[in-house]
Amino acid sequence: MEVHDHGHRDEGHGDTALGSELLSESSAVAPSLSADLQTELKASLAGKTGKQYWRSLEELSDSPQMQRFMDDEFPNRSSLAQINRRDMLKFMGASMALAGLSGCRSVFMPQEKLVPYVKAPEELVPGMPLFYASSMMLGGYATGVLVEQHEGRPTRLEGNPEHGSSLGALDSLSQAEILNLYDPDRTSVVTEKDDISTWDLFTERIGVQLELQNSIGGAGVRILTGAISSPSTIEQIENFLKTYPQARWHSYEPVGRGGVYAGAKAAFGRALEPIYDFSKEKTKAILTLDADFMSAASMPGSLRYAREFAEGRRVVGDRGDMNRLYAIESTPTLCGAMADHRWPVKSAQIYGIALNLAAALGLPVQASSTNTIPAEHFAAMVEDLRANKGVVVCGDFQPPHVHALVHAINQSLGAIGRSVRFVEPVNAAATRAGDLLPLLDDLQAGTVELLFIIGGNPLYDAPAEYQFAESLKKAKYKIHHTLYENETSQLCSWVLPATHFLEEWGDGLGHDGSVSMIQPVIAPLYEGRSVAELFSLLNRKPRGSYDIVRDYWRRNGLGGGNFEKSWRQFVHDGVLKKPVVEFSGTPAVSFATLPAPTETSGWEITFRADPTIYDGRFANNGWLQELPKPLTKLTWDNTAIIGPADATEMGLHIDDVVRITYKGTTVEAGVFVLPGQPRQCLTVHLGYGRTRGGVIATVQGDHGGGFNAYLLRRADAPFFSDGVTIEKVGTEMNLATTQTHQPIEAAKRPPGLEGSVVPQFPGDHREVILDYKLDFFNEHINEEVEKRAEISKEIRENNLFPEEIFDWKGEQWAMTIDLNTCIGCNACVTACQSENNIPVVGKVQVGRHREMHWIRIDRYYSGSGDNPTINWQPVTCVHCEKAPCEPVCPVAATVHSQEGLNQMIYNRCVGTRYCSNNCPYKVRRFNYLNFSDNQRQFATWANLDQQQKNPEAAVGVTEKNRRPLLKMLNNPDVTVRGRGVMEKCTYCVQRINNARIEAKKANRRIKDGEIVTACQQACPTQTIVFGDQTDPAARVTKLRKDPRAYLLLEELQTRPRTSHLAKLRNPNPAIEPAQTAEAAH
Amino acid sequence: MAQIFKPSSNSITKVALLGIGLGVPSVWLALAGLSRSPANTKVDVQINQPIPFSHQHHVTELGIDCRYCHTAVEKSAFAGLPSTETCMSCHSQIWTNSPLLEPVRQSFETNRPIEWNLVNSIPQFVFFNHSIHVARGINCNTCHGPVQNMNITWKGNAFQMAWCLQCHRAPERYLGDVKADVDPRKQVFDLYWRYQTHGTKGMEKSDQERIRGKFEGSNLTEDREHGKEMVERLGIKVQQLADCNICHR
Repeated sequence: MEVHDHGHRDEGHGDTALGSELLSESSAVAPSLSADLQTELKASLAGKTGKQYWRSLEELSDSPQMQRFMDDEFPNRSSLAQINRRDMLKFMGASMALAGLSGCRSVFMPQEKLVPYVKAPEELVPGMPLFYASSMMLGGYATGVLVEQHEGRPTRLEGNPEHGSSLGALDSLSQAEILNLYDPDRTSVVTEKDDISTWDLFTERIGVQLELQNSIGGAGVRILTGAISSPSTIEQIENFLKTYPQARWHSYEPVGRGGVYAGAKAAFGRALEPIYDFSKEKTKAILTLDADFMSAASMPGSLRYAREFAEGRRVVGDRGDMNRLYAIESTPTLCGAMADHRWPVKSAQIYGIALNLAAALGLPVQASSTNTIPAEHFAAMVEDLRANKGVVVCGDFQPPHVHALVHAINQSLGAIGRSVRFVEPVNAAATRAGDLLPLLDDLQAGTVELLFIIGGNPLYDAPAEYQFAESLKKAKYKIHHTLYENETSQLCSWVLPATHFLEEWGDGLGHDGSVSMIQPVIAPLYEGRSVAELFSLLNRKPRGSYDIVRDYWRRNGLGGGNFEKSWRQFVHDGVLKKPVVEFSGTPAVSFATLPAPTETSGWEITFRADPTIYDGRFANNGWLQELPKPLTKLTWDNTAIIGPADATEMGLHIDDVVRITYKGTTVEAGVFVLPGQPRQCLTVHLGYGRTRGGVIATVQGDHGGGFNAYLLRRADAPFFSDGVTIEKVGTEMNLATTQTHQPIEAAKRPPGLEGSVVPQFPGDHREVILDYKLDFFNEHINEEVEKRAEISKEIRENNLFPEEIFDWKGEQWAMTIDLNTCIGCNACVTACQSENNIPVVGKVQVGRHREMHWIRIDRYYSGSGDNPTINWQPVTCVHCEKAPCEPVCPVAATVHSQEGLNQMIYNRCVGTRYCSNNCPYKVRRFNYLNFSDNQRQFATWANLDQQQKNPEAAVGVTEKNRRPLLKMLNNPDVTVRGRGVMEKCTYCVQRINNARIEAKKANRRIKDGEIVTACQQACPTQTIVFGDQTDPAARVTKLRKDPRAYLLLEELQTRPRTSHLAKLRNPNPAIEPAQTAEAAH
Repeated sequence: MAQIFKPSSNSITKVALLGIGLGVPSVWLALAGLSRSPANTKVDVQINQPIPFSHQHHVTELGIDCRYCHTAVEKSAFAGLPSTETCMSCHSQIWTNSPLLEPVRQSFETNRPIEWNLVNSIPQFVFFNHSIHVARGINCNTCHGPVQNMNITWKGNAFQMAWCLQCHRAPERYLGDVKADVDPRKQVFDLYWRYQTHGTKGMEKSDQERIRGKFEGSNLTEDREHGKEMVERLGIKVQQLADCNICHR
C-alpha cells in the first residue's frame, strides 16, 4: 500500500553520499536544483501539459535526490542529538525507572491557589467566554472583529458578521494582532533619551516647549502620522492645529493608496475611494490589472471582495454558472492563482494594456504598439467584459494615470455605479495632511523644533533617497508615539508607548466608509495611551479615550435624540448601521493629457507589501513570520523572486544569493524561483531586514530576517521601476520554504511513461487534485460521477478491512473543503494556530520540517513553469474512518471516537512517531523541542545568536522575554502540548464538546451550523463546511454527495471524513478550447 | 592459587539475588503506593485556608444552597467560587467584628482577592464540566465527599482516571434512584434541602450513602434496570462516555 516502508528509508539514510548530505545539518531545506537538473527541467517543462500536477520545481524535475527527500517522513534526523546504542539504553532505563514518579506530582508540587473576584462582573459566568465587537485597523481601514475573552483575558480574534468589511471572516494579519497584544517587546514605558520617564514629566517638559511655540503660532511644530480614518482622532489633531495654526500635519504610509486617490482625482476631479461589488448580480467578468483584491496585504475590503467573488463561483449540484476572472499581473498573486486566464507581464506594461483595452472599447486613446497578450485572446476578453457585466480592477500599486484610464474604461463598460461605487476617501489624512517631502524640506531647513511622529517607522520605510535619518537629526525635539520601539525611536528624544487597539476606545472607517467601533477588552498592559489621548494631552484637555470617542459621537448627532440607546447599539454591533453617502458622478478623463506608454527593457523591480508581515509592522509577530507566504510558501524571509526561465538562463536556483543594484544602491538577497513570474521581472517584498523592533523582527542569518528592500525604494518609483541589475554572488543561503514539506505522494510515474499512472492494485488512480472546466462539467459531470462511482465500488470490493469497525450511532462529524472557492489566503492556518495553541518553531526548525501548523495549504501547479495553473488544496487531518495511524500506535494514543473523530490523546502519547510515518496525508505534527514554551525559547536562541554577533542590539532583550505574558494568549479550552507529543487537527473537538454539552443540557439535538470549526469561521469564502453527516438536511451531508465531491487518496481505503470538492475553471471558450472527456483523466 | 570465591560468596549471592528480586518490586510497589496515598492524592487531608470557612456551618446549620456561592455550577465547566462581595452580602451585617473574617473585610476594602488553597484539582489535560454532570443528576457529594459536613474542606476522592471511568463506563449504576419524572438537576440540590430540614431520617439507603459521601453506585439488578431506563431517557450514549475526547482534548 503506502510506499513508506522502512527498508526503503534506511537505504536513503546513510549509505550514499547524497543521502548523508541531504540529512546533514547544513542542508536543512529541500534539495535545490543543480545545474544539469536545470537543463532537464527545461526539457520536462516543455513537454508537460494537462493533467500533471506538481508542487514545486524540484518535484517537477523528478530527480532521485528529490524522490529520496519525499520518501523520508522525517528528513534531517541527524540533526537530533548524536547518541549511541548504549547511552540510548541507559537513558531509556533511567526514564522508565522514574516514570512512576510522575504520578506523584502533588507530593512535590507547591499548593496551588484559587483566586476568585472581589466583585464579580455581572455578565460573566466563570469558565464561559464573552465576545466583544471591536475593529482592527490596517493602513487606516477598519475590519470588524469579535474578541473572545476569558475572564477578562482576550485570547482570540474572529470576524464580526455585522461588519461590512469582514462578514464574519478574518484575515491572518488581523487574527495575529492578538499575539501583538501580548508581545513582551512592545513599548512599555515613557522614555526620554533612553531613560525611563513618566507621562507627567513628558507633559511638563513638552508643555514648556509648546508654550514657546505659542507666540509663533506653532511654526516649529510638525506632526507625522500614518493613515488615519478615525473621526475622533482627526478632530483631536485638528483642534491641536487650531491652537497652533502655523503647525503642519504630514502623513506617510509606505504602501498607501496614494495612486488610487490621485487617479480618482484625475478622473473625477476629487479624491475618491473606489468600492467594488463582485456579487453575481452585479458582475460576471472581472479583469484585474496588477490588482489582488483577495489579499489583505494588497487591498482593503479583501475579505468582502473574496466572499462576493466566491459566491459568484459557487456551484452546487451538477450544473452551474460562474463568473470569469482574467488576471494580468507582474507577480503571481491570489487573484492570479484563481484566474481563469492569467497573463504575466511587467508592471510597466500594464499601462499599455489598459490603453489597448480603452482603444478596443472605442475610447479616444492611442493604442500601445507592443502587444503583450495575443491579439485574438485580447479581443475575446474585451468582448467578454463588454457583453457580460465586466469590470476592470486596477492595482493599488499602479500610477495615477492608469487608475484614471481604468475609471474611463469602467465607465464605458457600464461598470461605474454597478460594480464600482465611490465614497469619500477613508484615509482622511491623505487629503487633509501634507506629504512627507515638504516635511523633509522643513527638517533640512532646520525650522522644525518639535516633531511628533505618531506610529510608523519613517527612518526605516521612507524612500531611500530622502536620507530621513540625517534630516531627522536636525529637529530639536522628536517625539515618537509607538507600539514598538523601532529604528525611528532610536533617534527620538521621547518615546511614548501607544495602546494596542484591544486596549483603547476608538473609531475608524471600513473599506466602504462605514463607521466602526474600537472597543477595549483589556486594561492597558503597559503605560500606553491612544493617539487621541495623546493629542487631548497636548491640547491641555487630557481625557480618556472613552470620553473622547463618546463625546465626539454625541456631538455629531449619533442617534438623534436618543444618544444613549444608539451609542450602546454602536458599541454592541461594532459598526454604525447607517448608509454611507456615495459619490455619483461620471469620470471625465482628459485623454489627451495621458502620457505615452514607455518602452521597458531589461530587468524590472517590483516592490510589494509582504503577504504576511505587510510593510514591516508585523515583523515581530511570530505567527506571521512563520506563516508560509501563499505563493512561495516561504517563512521568515523575503527574497528576490524571479521566474524559472530567467533562473535557468542566469544559472540561478533557490537559495543562491544575488546582488541587486538599483540607482547605485546594492543589496544582497536570496533567490526564489517562482513559477508564473514574468520574464525579467524581479519582485521583492518589503518589511524585512529590520535592525530594531523586537527579538523576532531583528532575527538574522540562519534565523531569518531577510533583507531590507526599502533601501532600493525611491519616491519616484515606489512600486516598480526598470534599471535594476542582478548578478550572482556565488554564495548560498538557507531559505525555509514549506513547499516540499509533508508531501502527499501520488502514484509514481516512471520515466518514459509520462502522464500515465501505474496501478499498484485495482482502482489505483491516486487523484490528489480534481478539476474540470465548467463547460465540460455542465455537460458531462454525471457520466464522470458514474465512472468515479464504479472505481469507488471496485475499491470497496477489494477491501481487506471489515465493512463496519465501529458501531456508529448518533452524530458523525464530517467536513467538506471546496477547492473551487479556496483562494489560498491562509486565514484558516492562523485561525487554527490561534484556536489550538499552536506554537511557533523558528526558521531553523521549519528548515527541518518541524513547523507545527495543523492545517496546510498545498499548492499544486499544472502546465508550464512560465505560466502555470494553480490549484489550492487545504489539507488537515481528514479523520479517516479506517485510519492508518491507529493500528501502528503502540500505546493506543490515537483511537477513534464514537462520533468518528480520529482522537489524539496527548497524555498517552510516548512519541514514537509511527503514526506520522503511516499517515498518507502527512498531517501529523510532532513537538520536538517543547515548542509550546517556545516563544521564550525561540527568543532566547535568536538572542544568544544575536548577542554573539551584535551585543549592543541584544541588551535588555533577555529580561523582557522572561515576562510570562504570552501564557495569557492560550485558549483555555485546549491542552498546551509538551515536548515529545504528536498532535494534529481535532476537528476543533473543544467546540464540538461545548456544543454537545449545551445541546444535552437543553435536551435537543445539535443544530446544523451550531459547530463552526476555527478554520471554517475565519474563511472569507466559506470554503470549509462542517457538520453531522447523519443529518440528511445538513449542509455537509449534501455537499459530501455533491457530484464534485471526492475523497483524497480514496484507493487507500482510509475512508476520510473530509471530502474535497473538485475545482472548476471557467475559461473563455474563445481563448482556451473546451475540455474533452479524454483529457479529464 | 587462592580461592576467588570464599564459601560466604554463596550466601552473598543468594541474598543479593533475593534483594534484587524483592527490592525492585518493593521499590516499585512503594512508589505505586505513594502515588495512591493521601500524601500524593490529598484525599481526606484537610487543607488549611486563609479563612477557616466551614461548609458544615453554612450548609447544614444555616441551610444555604450550594448555588448561592458556586453560581456557575449549572451553567459552566467551572463551578465558580464566591467573590468577596458574596461573603459580604451577609458578613456586612453579621459577625462584622469577627477576627476570623478579617481577611474578608480586608479584601473587600483593598479590592485584593482572597487567595484560597486549591482543594479539588484535576490535571491540565483533563477537561471536566460541572454543568453537564449536575444536569444528569450526579450529586455533588458523589465526587466531592460529604461537603455539607466538612468544617475545613478536604478532597473526597482521588480523581484518578480509573475512578472516573467507574461511572463513565457504567452510568446506569449511578442513576438507579434518579427519578424519571423530576428534573435530575433538582434532585441534586433537593437532597441537601431534605438533609437540612429532616436529616437522614426517612432517606433511602442510596441517599444516605450520598450524604455520607460514600455513594459508589448500586449493583442491584433493579437499580441497574432503572438506571438503564434513565440512560435511555436522558440520551446518554454509554459507549461515547468513555471516548478519550470526552475529557481529553
